[in-house]
Amino acid sequence: MNITEKILARGAGKSSVSPDDVVFAKVDKVMMHDVSGPGVIKVFDKLKKQGISVDKLWDPTKVWVAEDHFVPSAEKVSAENIVKLSKFTKQYGIEKHFKYGMGQYGICHTISHEEAMVMPGDVYVGGDSHTNTTGALGAFACGLGHTDIAYVLLNGQIWFKVPETYYFKLNGKLPEHVMAKDLILKIIGEIGNDGGSYQTMQFGGSGIDEMSVESRLTMCNMTTEAGAKNGIVEPDQKVVDYLTQRGATNMNLVKGDDDAEYSKIFEFESSEMEPTIAKPFSPENTCVVREAPSVELDKCYIGSCTGAKYEDLEAAARIFKGRKVKIRTEILPAAISIYQRAMENGLLKIFLDAGATVGPPTCGACCGAHMGVLAKDEICISTTNRNFPGRMGHIESQTYLASPLVAAASAVTGKITDPRDLK
Amino acid sequence: MKGNIIKYARDNIDTDVIIPGTYLKIHDYAELATHAMEGLDPDFHSKVKEGDFILSGKNFGCGSSREHAPIALSHSGIKAVLALSFARIFYRNSVDGAFLLPIEIGQDAYDGISEGDEISIDVSTNEIKNITKNQTYKMKPFSELIGKIIAAGGLFKYKPDQD
Repeated sequence: MNITEKILARGAGKSSVSPDDVVFAKVDKVMMHDVSGPGVIKVFDKLKKQGISVDKLWDPTKVWVAEDHFVPSAEKVSAENIVKLSKFTKQYGIEKHFKYGMGQYGICHTISHEEAMVMPGDVYVGGDSHTNTTGALGAFACGLGHTDIAYVLLNGQIWFKVPETYYFKLNGKLPEHVMAKDLILKIIGEIGNDGGSYQTMQFGGSGIDEMSVESRLTMCNMTTEAGAKNGIVEPDQKVVDYLTQRGATNMNLVKGDDDAEYSKIFEFESSEMEPTIAKPFSPENTCVVREAPSVELDKCYIGSCTGAKYEDLEAAARIFKGRKVKIRTEILPAAISIYQRAMENGLLKIFLDAGATVGPPTCGACCGAHMGVLAKDEICISTTNRNFPGRMGHIESQTYLASPLVAAASAVTGKITDPRDLK
Repeated sequence: MKGNIIKYARDNIDTDVIIPGTYLKIHDYAELATHAMEGLDPDFHSKVKEGDFILSGKNFGCGSSREHAPIALSHSGIKAVLALSFARIFYRNSVDGAFLLPIEIGQDAYDGISEGDEISIDVSTNEIKNITKNQTYKMKPFSELIGKIIAAGGLFKYKPDQD
Protein backbone atom coordinates (compact mmCIF):
# COMPACT_ATOMS: atom_id res chain seq x y z
CA MET A 1 0.00 0.00 0.00
CA ASN A 2 1.08 3.58 -0.51
CA ILE A 3 1.01 6.15 2.31
CA THR A 4 -2.55 7.35 1.66
CA GLU A 5 -3.89 3.78 1.53
CA LYS A 6 -2.06 2.88 4.74
CA ILE A 7 -3.47 5.86 6.63
CA LEU A 8 -7.00 5.19 5.39
CA ALA A 9 -6.71 1.47 6.16
CA ARG A 10 -5.73 2.25 9.74
CA GLY A 11 -8.56 4.77 10.00
CA ALA A 12 -11.02 2.22 8.68
CA GLY A 13 -9.73 -0.52 10.97
CA LYS A 14 -8.81 -2.74 8.05
CA SER A 15 -5.58 -4.59 7.29
CA SER A 16 -5.58 -3.20 3.76
CA VAL A 17 -7.57 -1.05 1.35
CA SER A 18 -7.42 -0.57 -2.41
CA PRO A 19 -8.48 2.26 -4.72
CA ASP A 20 -12.30 2.46 -5.14
CA ASP A 21 -13.01 0.75 -1.80
CA VAL A 22 -15.55 2.78 0.14
CA VAL A 23 -14.66 3.03 3.82
CA PHE A 24 -15.83 4.83 6.92
CA ALA A 25 -12.58 6.10 8.44
CA LYS A 26 -12.07 7.28 12.02
CA VAL A 27 -10.90 10.87 12.09
CA ASP A 28 -7.93 11.98 14.22
CA LYS A 29 -8.35 15.77 13.87
CA VAL A 30 -11.08 18.00 12.54
CA MET A 31 -10.97 21.73 11.85
CA MET A 32 -13.55 24.38 11.11
CA HIS A 33 -13.33 28.15 10.71
CA ASP A 34 -15.50 31.25 10.74
CA VAL A 35 -17.22 30.28 7.46
CA SER A 36 -17.58 26.51 7.83
CA GLY A 37 -18.18 26.77 11.62
CA PRO A 38 -21.40 28.79 11.35
CA GLY A 39 -22.36 26.46 8.46
CA VAL A 40 -21.93 23.50 10.81
CA ILE A 41 -23.93 25.28 13.51
CA LYS A 42 -26.74 25.68 10.97
CA VAL A 43 -26.59 21.92 10.26
CA PHE A 44 -26.76 21.25 14.03
CA ASP A 45 -29.88 23.46 14.23
CA LYS A 46 -31.50 21.47 11.42
CA LEU A 47 -30.61 18.17 13.13
CA LYS A 48 -32.15 19.33 16.40
CA LYS A 49 -35.41 20.05 14.59
CA GLN A 50 -35.28 16.52 13.15
CA GLY A 51 -34.89 15.07 16.64
CA ILE A 52 -31.24 14.05 16.18
CA SER A 53 -29.19 14.64 19.32
CA VAL A 54 -26.43 17.22 19.09
CA ASP A 55 -25.85 17.45 22.84
CA LYS A 56 -22.22 16.48 22.77
CA LEU A 57 -19.36 16.01 20.35
CA TRP A 58 -17.63 12.70 19.83
CA ASP A 59 -14.34 14.13 21.17
CA PRO A 60 -13.84 17.88 21.68
CA THR A 61 -10.08 17.38 22.18
CA LYS A 62 -9.77 16.39 18.52
CA VAL A 63 -11.53 19.49 17.25
CA TRP A 64 -9.86 22.83 16.63
CA VAL A 65 -11.20 26.09 15.36
CA ALA A 66 -9.66 28.95 13.39
CA GLU A 67 -10.85 32.47 12.65
CA ASP A 68 -9.56 33.57 9.28
CA HIS A 69 -11.94 34.43 6.45
CA PHE A 70 -13.70 37.55 7.70
CA VAL A 71 -11.41 38.63 10.57
CA PRO A 72 -10.81 41.12 12.00
CA SER A 73 -14.60 41.30 11.59
CA ALA A 74 -15.37 42.91 8.26
CA GLU A 75 -18.86 44.09 9.25
CA LYS A 76 -21.83 43.14 11.45
CA VAL A 77 -22.66 39.75 9.94
CA SER A 78 -19.11 38.46 10.19
CA ALA A 79 -18.82 39.86 13.73
CA GLU A 80 -21.92 37.88 14.67
CA ASN A 81 -20.43 34.74 13.12
CA ILE A 82 -17.38 35.11 15.38
CA VAL A 83 -19.62 35.45 18.43
CA LYS A 84 -21.57 32.35 17.31
CA LEU A 85 -18.34 30.41 16.91
CA SER A 86 -17.13 31.43 20.38
CA LYS A 87 -20.43 30.34 21.95
CA PHE A 88 -20.19 27.01 20.14
CA THR A 89 -16.65 26.21 21.28
CA LYS A 90 -17.54 27.18 24.86
CA GLN A 91 -20.72 25.11 24.85
CA TYR A 92 -19.02 21.99 23.49
CA GLY A 93 -15.75 22.30 25.43
CA ILE A 94 -13.47 22.87 22.44
CA GLU A 95 -10.32 24.37 23.92
CA LYS A 96 -8.23 24.85 20.79
CA HIS A 97 -9.90 27.94 19.39
CA PHE A 98 -7.44 30.39 17.85
CA LYS A 99 -9.10 33.77 18.37
CA TYR A 100 -7.96 36.89 16.61
CA GLY A 101 -6.66 39.48 19.01
CA MET A 102 -5.71 36.83 21.57
CA GLY A 103 -2.20 35.65 20.75
CA GLN A 104 -1.66 33.13 18.01
CA TYR A 105 -4.25 33.10 15.28
CA GLY A 106 -4.15 32.96 11.51
CA ILE A 107 -5.28 31.15 8.42
CA CYS A 108 -6.47 27.67 9.40
CA HIS A 109 -4.05 25.79 7.14
CA THR A 110 -1.14 27.84 8.41
CA ILE A 111 -2.15 27.18 12.03
CA SER A 112 -2.31 23.46 11.20
CA HIS A 113 1.46 23.41 10.73
CA GLU A 114 2.63 26.42 12.78
CA GLU A 115 0.93 24.98 15.87
CA ALA A 116 1.57 21.32 14.98
CA MET A 117 -2.17 20.64 15.13
CA VAL A 118 -1.86 17.70 12.74
CA MET A 119 0.63 14.82 12.98
CA PRO A 120 2.10 12.53 10.34
CA GLY A 121 -0.18 9.54 9.79
CA ASP A 122 -3.34 11.38 10.94
CA VAL A 123 -6.67 11.25 9.16
CA TYR A 124 -7.35 14.99 9.17
CA VAL A 125 -10.43 16.69 7.74
CA GLY A 126 -11.25 20.37 7.62
CA GLY A 127 -14.16 22.50 6.53
CA ASP A 128 -12.14 24.16 3.79
CA SER A 129 -10.98 22.97 0.39
CA HIS A 130 -7.32 23.82 1.01
CA THR A 131 -7.16 21.36 3.91
CA ASN A 132 -5.00 19.42 1.42
CA THR A 133 -2.13 21.73 2.50
CA THR A 134 -1.35 19.74 5.62
CA GLY A 135 -0.65 16.55 3.66
CA ALA A 136 2.87 17.95 3.42
CA LEU A 137 3.36 16.72 7.01
CA GLY A 138 2.58 13.14 5.94
CA ALA A 139 -1.08 13.13 7.00
CA PHE A 140 -4.17 12.27 4.96
CA ALA A 141 -5.60 15.80 4.81
CA CYS A 142 -8.87 16.37 3.01
CA GLY A 143 -11.42 19.17 2.69
CA LEU A 144 -15.14 18.62 3.36
CA GLY A 145 -18.37 20.64 3.49
CA HIS A 146 -20.53 21.64 6.47
CA THR A 147 -22.73 18.54 6.58
CA ASP A 148 -19.73 16.22 6.51
CA ILE A 149 -17.89 18.19 9.19
CA ALA A 150 -21.03 18.15 11.37
CA TYR A 151 -21.17 14.38 10.85
CA VAL A 152 -17.53 14.03 11.93
CA LEU A 153 -18.10 16.20 15.03
CA LEU A 154 -20.92 13.91 16.15
CA ASN A 155 -19.68 10.53 14.94
CA GLY A 156 -15.89 10.74 14.73
CA GLN A 157 -15.82 9.16 11.29
CA ILE A 158 -16.70 9.87 7.68
CA TRP A 159 -16.90 7.99 4.38
CA PHE A 160 -14.19 8.07 1.75
CA LYS A 161 -13.72 6.36 -1.53
CA VAL A 162 -10.08 5.26 -1.43
CA PRO A 163 -8.43 7.34 -4.14
CA GLU A 164 -6.04 6.25 -6.81
CA THR A 165 -2.64 7.88 -6.39
CA TYR A 166 -0.80 9.93 -8.95
CA TYR A 167 2.88 10.04 -8.07
CA PHE A 168 4.84 13.13 -9.08
CA LYS A 169 8.57 12.44 -9.15
CA LEU A 170 10.40 15.73 -8.94
CA ASN A 171 14.02 15.62 -10.01
CA GLY A 172 16.57 18.02 -8.56
CA LYS A 173 16.72 21.12 -6.44
CA LEU A 174 14.75 24.16 -7.60
CA PRO A 175 16.90 26.99 -9.01
CA GLU A 176 17.35 29.98 -6.69
CA HIS A 177 14.84 32.22 -8.49
CA VAL A 178 12.18 29.48 -8.59
CA MET A 179 9.82 28.54 -5.76
CA ALA A 180 7.46 25.66 -5.09
CA LYS A 181 4.63 27.89 -6.33
CA ASP A 182 6.19 28.04 -9.81
CA LEU A 183 6.50 24.26 -9.87
CA ILE A 184 2.96 23.48 -8.74
CA LEU A 185 1.55 26.02 -11.22
CA LYS A 186 3.55 24.29 -13.95
CA ILE A 187 2.13 20.92 -12.88
CA ILE A 188 -1.47 22.21 -12.81
CA GLY A 189 -0.89 23.79 -16.22
CA GLU A 190 0.12 20.38 -17.55
CA ILE A 191 -2.56 18.21 -15.95
CA GLY A 192 -5.41 20.77 -15.83
CA ASN A 193 -7.99 21.95 -13.28
CA ASP A 194 -9.44 18.45 -13.07
CA GLY A 195 -6.18 16.60 -13.75
CA GLY A 196 -6.13 15.17 -10.24
CA SER A 197 -9.89 14.93 -9.67
CA TYR A 198 -10.84 12.53 -6.88
CA GLN A 199 -7.22 11.30 -6.75
CA THR A 200 -4.27 11.61 -4.42
CA MET A 201 -1.39 13.71 -5.68
CA GLN A 202 1.75 12.43 -3.98
CA PHE A 203 5.06 14.24 -4.40
CA GLY A 204 8.47 12.63 -4.06
CA GLY A 205 11.93 12.43 -5.53
CA SER A 206 15.06 14.47 -4.97
CA GLY A 207 13.16 17.68 -5.71
CA ILE A 208 11.03 17.04 -2.61
CA ASP A 209 13.97 15.84 -0.49
CA GLU A 210 15.68 19.17 -1.18
CA MET A 211 12.56 21.21 -0.44
CA SER A 212 11.75 22.82 2.90
CA VAL A 213 8.59 21.75 4.71
CA GLU A 214 7.04 25.14 3.88
CA SER A 215 7.65 24.62 0.16
CA ARG A 216 6.04 21.19 0.38
CA LEU A 217 3.03 22.85 2.05
CA THR A 218 2.71 25.11 -1.01
CA MET A 219 2.79 22.05 -3.30
CA CYS A 220 0.08 20.21 -1.36
CA ASN A 221 -2.04 23.37 -0.92
CA MET A 222 -2.45 23.74 -4.66
CA THR A 223 -3.39 20.10 -5.31
CA THR A 224 -6.90 21.38 -4.57
CA GLU A 225 -6.65 23.43 -7.77
CA ALA A 226 -6.21 20.19 -9.74
CA GLY A 227 -9.27 18.70 -8.02
CA ALA A 228 -7.30 16.24 -5.85
CA LYS A 229 -8.82 14.61 -2.78
CA ASN A 230 -5.50 15.03 -0.99
CA GLY A 231 -1.91 16.01 -1.60
CA ILE A 232 0.76 14.18 0.34
CA VAL A 233 4.49 13.85 0.91
CA GLU A 234 6.07 10.98 2.86
CA PRO A 235 7.41 12.42 6.13
CA ASP A 236 11.18 12.63 6.62
CA GLN A 237 13.57 14.10 9.17
CA LYS A 238 12.75 17.64 8.00
CA VAL A 239 9.11 17.10 9.00
CA VAL A 240 10.15 15.61 12.35
CA ASP A 241 12.44 18.59 13.05
CA TYR A 242 9.79 21.08 11.92
CA LEU A 243 7.11 19.61 14.19
CA THR A 244 9.50 19.03 17.11
CA GLN A 245 10.40 22.73 17.04
CA ARG A 246 6.70 23.38 17.41
CA GLY A 247 6.29 21.14 20.43
CA ALA A 248 5.25 17.85 18.86
CA THR A 249 6.31 14.48 20.28
CA ASN A 250 5.59 10.83 19.51
CA MET A 251 5.29 11.03 15.76
CA ASN A 252 4.19 7.99 13.79
CA LEU A 253 5.93 8.27 10.43
CA VAL A 254 3.78 6.27 8.03
CA LYS A 255 5.43 5.60 4.68
CA GLY A 256 4.41 3.58 1.65
CA ASP A 257 5.56 -0.01 1.18
CA ASP A 258 8.34 -0.79 -1.27
CA ASP A 259 5.79 -2.35 -3.60
CA ALA A 260 3.27 0.50 -3.23
CA GLU A 261 1.14 1.03 -6.31
CA TYR A 262 0.50 4.28 -8.15
CA SER A 263 -2.02 4.57 -10.95
CA LYS A 264 0.11 7.11 -12.83
CA ILE A 265 3.63 8.41 -12.50
CA PHE A 266 4.59 11.88 -13.70
CA GLU A 267 8.14 13.16 -13.83
CA PHE A 268 9.18 16.80 -13.65
CA GLU A 269 12.69 18.19 -13.85
CA SER A 270 12.39 20.58 -10.93
CA SER A 271 16.00 21.70 -11.37
CA GLU A 272 15.08 23.16 -14.76
CA MET A 273 11.93 25.05 -13.73
CA GLU A 274 11.28 28.63 -14.78
CA PRO A 275 9.31 31.28 -12.90
CA THR A 276 5.69 30.55 -13.86
CA ILE A 277 2.35 32.31 -13.46
CA ALA A 278 -1.30 31.47 -14.00
CA LYS A 279 -3.16 34.05 -16.05
CA PRO A 280 -6.85 34.90 -15.53
CA PHE A 281 -9.22 33.09 -15.12
CA SER A 282 -7.95 29.70 -14.07
CA PRO A 283 -4.97 28.18 -12.23
CA GLU A 284 -4.38 25.90 -15.24
CA ASN A 285 -3.90 28.88 -17.58
CA THR A 286 -0.14 29.02 -17.06
CA CYS A 287 2.88 30.43 -18.86
CA VAL A 288 6.48 31.18 -17.95
CA VAL A 289 6.94 34.72 -16.66
CA ARG A 290 9.18 35.76 -19.53
CA GLU A 291 6.29 35.03 -21.91
CA ALA A 292 3.69 36.80 -19.76
CA PRO A 293 1.45 39.40 -21.38
CA SER A 294 2.59 42.98 -20.96
CA VAL A 295 -0.12 44.38 -18.70
CA GLU A 296 -0.11 47.36 -16.36
CA LEU A 297 -0.65 45.97 -12.88
CA ASP A 298 -2.70 47.83 -10.28
CA LYS A 299 -2.01 45.74 -7.20
CA CYS A 300 0.28 43.20 -5.61
CA TYR A 301 -1.14 40.92 -2.92
CA ILE A 302 1.20 38.77 -0.84
CA GLY A 303 -1.01 36.74 1.44
CA SER A 304 -2.99 33.51 2.01
CA CYS A 305 -2.23 29.97 3.16
CA THR A 306 -0.40 29.43 -0.10
CA GLY A 307 1.81 32.49 -0.24
CA ALA A 308 2.38 34.15 3.15
CA LYS A 309 4.31 31.62 5.19
CA TYR A 310 7.59 32.81 6.69
CA GLU A 311 9.62 31.53 3.75
CA ASP A 312 7.31 33.39 1.35
CA LEU A 313 7.76 36.66 3.22
CA GLU A 314 11.52 36.13 3.34
CA ALA A 315 11.58 35.64 -0.44
CA ALA A 316 9.55 38.80 -1.01
CA ALA A 317 11.83 40.72 1.35
CA ARG A 318 14.91 39.70 -0.68
CA ILE A 319 13.34 41.54 -3.62
CA PHE A 320 11.96 44.52 -1.68
CA LYS A 321 15.18 45.25 0.19
CA GLY A 322 16.42 48.66 -0.98
CA ARG A 323 13.64 48.97 -3.60
CA LYS A 324 10.30 50.77 -3.78
CA VAL A 325 6.93 49.47 -4.92
CA LYS A 326 5.38 51.02 -8.02
CA ILE A 327 1.86 49.70 -7.39
CA ARG A 328 -0.34 49.24 -4.32
CA THR A 329 1.16 46.33 -2.39
CA GLU A 330 -0.41 44.52 0.53
CA ILE A 331 1.43 41.94 2.59
CA LEU A 332 -0.55 39.84 5.07
CA PRO A 333 1.48 37.29 7.08
CA ALA A 334 -0.58 34.10 7.35
CA ALA A 335 -0.34 33.75 11.14
CA ILE A 336 0.67 35.84 14.16
CA SER A 337 3.73 33.61 14.78
CA ILE A 338 4.93 34.43 11.25
CA TYR A 339 4.13 38.11 11.72
CA GLN A 340 6.22 38.10 14.89
CA ARG A 341 9.21 36.43 13.26
CA ALA A 342 8.95 38.85 10.35
CA MET A 343 9.09 41.68 12.85
CA GLU A 344 11.99 40.25 14.85
CA ASN A 345 14.04 39.57 11.71
CA GLY A 346 13.48 42.97 10.13
CA LEU A 347 11.19 41.89 7.27
CA LEU A 348 8.40 44.24 8.26
CA LYS A 349 10.80 47.17 8.13
CA ILE A 350 11.89 46.15 4.63
CA PHE A 351 8.24 45.98 3.51
CA LEU A 352 7.33 49.32 5.03
CA ASP A 353 10.49 50.98 3.71
CA ALA A 354 9.54 49.71 0.24
CA GLY A 355 6.16 51.42 0.61
CA ALA A 356 4.01 48.31 1.05
CA THR A 357 1.18 48.01 3.57
CA VAL A 358 1.39 45.18 6.10
CA GLY A 359 -1.94 43.83 7.31
CA PRO A 360 -3.07 41.31 9.93
CA PRO A 361 -3.39 37.58 9.22
CA THR A 362 -6.64 36.89 7.34
CA CYS A 363 -7.89 35.16 4.20
CA GLY A 364 -8.94 38.70 3.32
CA ALA A 365 -8.98 39.48 -0.37
CA CYS A 366 -7.79 36.02 -1.46
CA CYS A 367 -11.42 34.90 -1.37
CA GLY A 368 -12.86 38.32 -2.18
CA ALA A 369 -13.97 38.79 1.42
CA HIS A 370 -12.44 42.12 2.50
CA MET A 371 -9.10 43.88 3.10
CA GLY A 372 -8.13 44.86 -0.42
CA VAL A 373 -10.69 43.35 -2.78
CA LEU A 374 -10.39 44.31 -6.45
CA ALA A 375 -12.48 46.85 -8.33
CA LYS A 376 -13.80 46.45 -11.88
CA ASP A 377 -10.93 46.15 -14.37
CA GLU A 378 -8.26 46.13 -11.66
CA ILE A 379 -5.37 43.77 -12.34
CA CYS A 380 -3.59 42.09 -9.44
CA ILE A 381 -0.54 39.88 -9.13
CA SER A 382 -1.09 37.61 -6.17
CA THR A 383 0.59 34.82 -4.23
CA THR A 384 -2.81 33.21 -3.59
CA ASN A 385 -4.19 30.03 -5.10
CA ARG A 386 -7.24 30.82 -7.27
CA ASN A 387 -8.05 33.32 -10.00
CA PHE A 388 -11.54 32.38 -11.12
CA PRO A 389 -13.77 35.27 -12.27
CA GLY A 390 -14.58 37.47 -9.29
CA ARG A 391 -12.44 35.45 -6.91
CA MET A 392 -10.71 38.51 -5.43
CA GLY A 393 -13.51 41.02 -5.92
CA HIS A 394 -15.29 42.40 -8.97
CA ILE A 395 -16.27 39.88 -11.63
CA GLU A 396 -14.33 41.93 -14.18
CA SER A 397 -11.16 42.19 -12.10
CA GLN A 398 -8.19 40.00 -13.04
CA THR A 399 -5.75 38.02 -10.93
CA TYR A 400 -2.39 36.59 -11.99
CA LEU A 401 -1.15 33.87 -9.64
CA ALA A 402 2.55 33.96 -8.90
CA SER A 403 5.30 33.04 -6.44
CA PRO A 404 6.27 35.61 -3.79
CA LEU A 405 9.49 36.31 -5.72
CA VAL A 406 7.60 37.05 -8.95
CA ALA A 407 4.87 39.02 -7.15
CA ALA A 408 7.44 41.19 -5.36
CA ALA A 409 9.51 41.74 -8.52
CA SER A 410 6.31 42.73 -10.34
CA ALA A 411 5.35 45.13 -7.54
CA VAL A 412 8.66 46.90 -8.04
CA THR A 413 8.25 47.32 -11.82
CA GLY A 414 4.47 47.51 -12.15
CA LYS A 415 4.59 44.81 -14.83
CA ILE A 416 4.78 41.02 -14.58
CA THR A 417 8.48 40.49 -13.99
CA ASP A 418 10.85 37.55 -13.78
CA PRO A 419 13.00 38.12 -10.66
CA ARG A 420 16.12 37.47 -12.79
CA ASP A 421 15.26 40.48 -14.94
CA LEU A 422 15.11 42.91 -12.05
CA LYS A 423 17.81 45.57 -12.13
CA MET B 1 -38.40 13.93 -11.71
CA LYS B 2 -39.30 16.39 -14.43
CA GLY B 3 -38.03 19.89 -15.14
CA ASN B 4 -36.63 22.42 -17.58
CA ILE B 5 -33.00 22.96 -18.43
CA ILE B 6 -30.86 26.01 -17.75
CA LYS B 7 -27.74 25.32 -19.81
CA TYR B 8 -24.24 26.68 -19.24
CA ALA B 9 -22.23 25.23 -22.12
CA ARG B 10 -18.81 25.47 -20.49
CA ASP B 11 -16.41 23.53 -18.27
CA ASN B 12 -15.05 24.33 -14.80
CA ILE B 13 -17.98 26.26 -13.34
CA ASP B 14 -16.44 26.94 -9.96
CA THR B 15 -18.03 27.62 -6.60
CA ASP B 16 -16.73 31.22 -6.66
CA VAL B 17 -19.16 32.00 -9.48
CA ILE B 18 -21.95 29.79 -8.08
CA ILE B 19 -21.85 31.87 -4.88
CA PRO B 20 -19.19 34.61 -4.68
CA GLY B 21 -16.89 34.77 -1.63
CA THR B 22 -18.41 37.91 -0.22
CA TYR B 23 -21.58 35.93 0.64
CA LEU B 24 -19.79 33.20 2.60
CA LYS B 25 -20.67 34.96 5.83
CA ILE B 26 -24.38 34.41 5.08
CA HIS B 27 -25.99 31.25 6.41
CA ASP B 28 -29.63 32.07 5.68
CA TYR B 29 -30.48 29.65 2.89
CA ALA B 30 -33.19 31.81 1.28
CA GLU B 31 -30.89 34.83 1.20
CA LEU B 32 -28.06 32.76 -0.31
CA ALA B 33 -30.44 31.67 -3.08
CA THR B 34 -30.89 35.28 -4.18
CA HIS B 35 -27.16 35.38 -5.05
CA ALA B 36 -26.92 31.98 -6.79
CA MET B 37 -24.85 31.99 -10.01
CA GLU B 38 -24.32 35.73 -9.57
CA GLY B 39 -20.70 35.44 -10.68
CA LEU B 40 -21.68 34.02 -14.06
CA ASP B 41 -25.31 34.80 -14.79
CA PRO B 42 -26.83 37.78 -12.96
CA ASP B 43 -30.24 36.88 -14.50
CA PHE B 44 -30.27 33.42 -12.93
CA HIS B 45 -32.32 34.41 -9.90
CA SER B 46 -35.06 35.98 -12.01
CA LYS B 47 -35.31 33.16 -14.53
CA VAL B 48 -34.94 30.02 -12.36
CA LYS B 49 -38.14 28.14 -11.53
CA GLU B 50 -38.85 25.51 -8.89
CA GLY B 51 -37.87 22.11 -10.29
CA ASP B 52 -35.43 23.33 -12.94
CA PHE B 53 -32.21 21.52 -13.76
CA ILE B 54 -28.79 22.96 -14.63
CA LEU B 55 -26.81 21.39 -17.48
CA SER B 56 -23.09 22.03 -17.79
CA GLY B 57 -19.73 20.61 -18.88
CA LYS B 58 -16.74 19.11 -17.09
CA ASN B 59 -15.63 19.65 -13.47
CA PHE B 60 -18.79 21.41 -12.27
CA GLY B 61 -18.41 22.93 -8.79
CA CYS B 62 -14.63 23.03 -8.69
CA GLY B 63 -12.72 25.23 -6.27
CA SER B 64 -13.83 26.17 -2.78
CA SER B 65 -15.52 23.61 -0.53
CA ARG B 66 -18.30 26.04 0.38
CA GLU B 67 -21.53 24.12 0.98
CA HIS B 68 -23.18 27.46 0.20
CA ALA B 69 -22.95 26.42 -3.48
CA PRO B 70 -25.36 23.45 -3.52
CA ILE B 71 -27.44 25.24 -0.86
CA ALA B 72 -27.86 28.37 -3.03
CA LEU B 73 -28.79 26.29 -6.09
CA SER B 74 -31.14 24.00 -4.21
CA HIS B 75 -32.95 26.87 -2.48
CA SER B 76 -33.32 28.55 -5.87
CA GLY B 77 -35.39 25.56 -6.93
CA ILE B 78 -32.73 23.50 -8.73
CA LYS B 79 -33.39 19.79 -8.17
CA ALA B 80 -30.47 18.35 -10.13
CA VAL B 81 -27.31 19.40 -11.90
CA LEU B 82 -26.45 17.41 -15.02
CA ALA B 83 -22.77 17.66 -15.94
CA LEU B 84 -20.07 15.78 -17.82
CA SER B 85 -18.19 15.53 -14.50
CA PHE B 86 -18.20 17.03 -11.00
CA ALA B 87 -15.57 18.30 -8.61
CA ARG B 88 -15.48 16.05 -5.58
CA ILE B 89 -16.51 18.35 -2.73
CA PHE B 90 -19.47 19.85 -4.59
CA TYR B 91 -20.58 16.31 -5.42
CA ARG B 92 -20.46 15.01 -1.87
CA ASN B 93 -21.93 18.20 -0.40
CA SER B 94 -24.90 17.89 -2.77
CA VAL B 95 -25.51 14.26 -1.77
CA ASP B 96 -24.59 14.24 1.94
CA GLY B 97 -26.63 17.38 2.62
CA ALA B 98 -29.48 16.12 0.36
CA PHE B 99 -29.56 19.43 -1.50
CA LEU B 100 -29.75 18.25 -5.11
CA LEU B 101 -28.86 15.33 -7.36
CA PRO B 102 -25.51 15.49 -9.17
CA ILE B 103 -26.13 13.56 -12.40
CA GLU B 104 -23.17 12.57 -14.52
CA ILE B 105 -24.07 12.53 -18.19
CA GLY B 106 -22.37 11.59 -21.44
CA GLN B 107 -21.47 13.75 -24.41
CA ASP B 108 -24.73 12.74 -26.19
CA ALA B 109 -26.89 14.28 -23.48
CA TYR B 110 -24.63 17.32 -23.19
CA ASP B 111 -24.85 17.99 -26.93
CA GLY B 112 -28.47 16.90 -27.34
CA ILE B 113 -30.13 18.90 -24.55
CA SER B 114 -30.71 22.62 -25.14
CA GLU B 115 -31.66 25.55 -22.95
CA GLY B 116 -35.32 25.32 -21.98
CA ASP B 117 -35.79 21.65 -22.97
CA GLU B 118 -38.12 19.73 -20.72
CA ILE B 119 -36.53 16.52 -19.48
CA SER B 120 -37.31 13.76 -17.04
CA ILE B 121 -34.77 11.84 -14.98
CA ASP B 122 -35.34 8.32 -13.70
CA VAL B 123 -32.53 7.27 -11.35
CA SER B 124 -33.98 3.74 -11.04
CA THR B 125 -33.36 3.06 -14.74
CA ASN B 126 -30.55 5.64 -15.16
CA GLU B 127 -32.50 7.17 -18.03
CA ILE B 128 -32.83 10.78 -19.02
CA LYS B 129 -35.68 11.56 -21.41
CA ASN B 130 -35.74 14.75 -23.44
CA ILE B 131 -39.48 15.33 -23.71
CA THR B 132 -39.05 18.39 -25.94
CA LYS B 133 -36.90 16.58 -28.50
CA ASN B 134 -38.11 13.03 -27.91
CA GLN B 135 -34.60 11.69 -27.24
CA THR B 136 -33.29 9.37 -24.53
CA TYR B 137 -29.84 9.28 -22.94
CA LYS B 138 -28.16 7.23 -20.22
CA MET B 139 -26.84 8.78 -17.02
CA LYS B 140 -23.90 7.27 -15.17
CA PRO B 141 -25.37 5.17 -12.33
CA PHE B 142 -24.70 6.32 -8.77
CA SER B 143 -22.14 4.23 -6.90
CA GLU B 144 -23.62 1.92 -4.27
CA LEU B 145 -22.96 4.17 -1.27
CA ILE B 146 -24.07 7.36 -3.04
CA GLY B 147 -27.29 5.62 -4.12
CA LYS B 148 -27.97 4.57 -0.53
CA ILE B 149 -27.28 8.04 0.92
CA ILE B 150 -29.60 9.60 -1.66
CA ALA B 151 -32.30 7.02 -0.95
CA ALA B 152 -31.96 7.66 2.79
CA GLY B 153 -32.32 11.42 2.32
CA GLY B 154 -28.77 12.49 3.22
CA LEU B 155 -25.80 11.29 5.24
CA PHE B 156 -27.40 11.81 8.66
CA LYS B 157 -30.34 9.58 7.75
CA TYR B 158 -28.13 6.86 6.32
CA LYS B 159 -27.19 4.13 8.80
CA PRO B 160 -23.88 2.51 7.78
CA ASP B 161 -24.12 -0.16 10.48
CA GLN B 162 -27.32 -1.60 9.04
CA ASP B 163 -25.72 -2.55 5.71
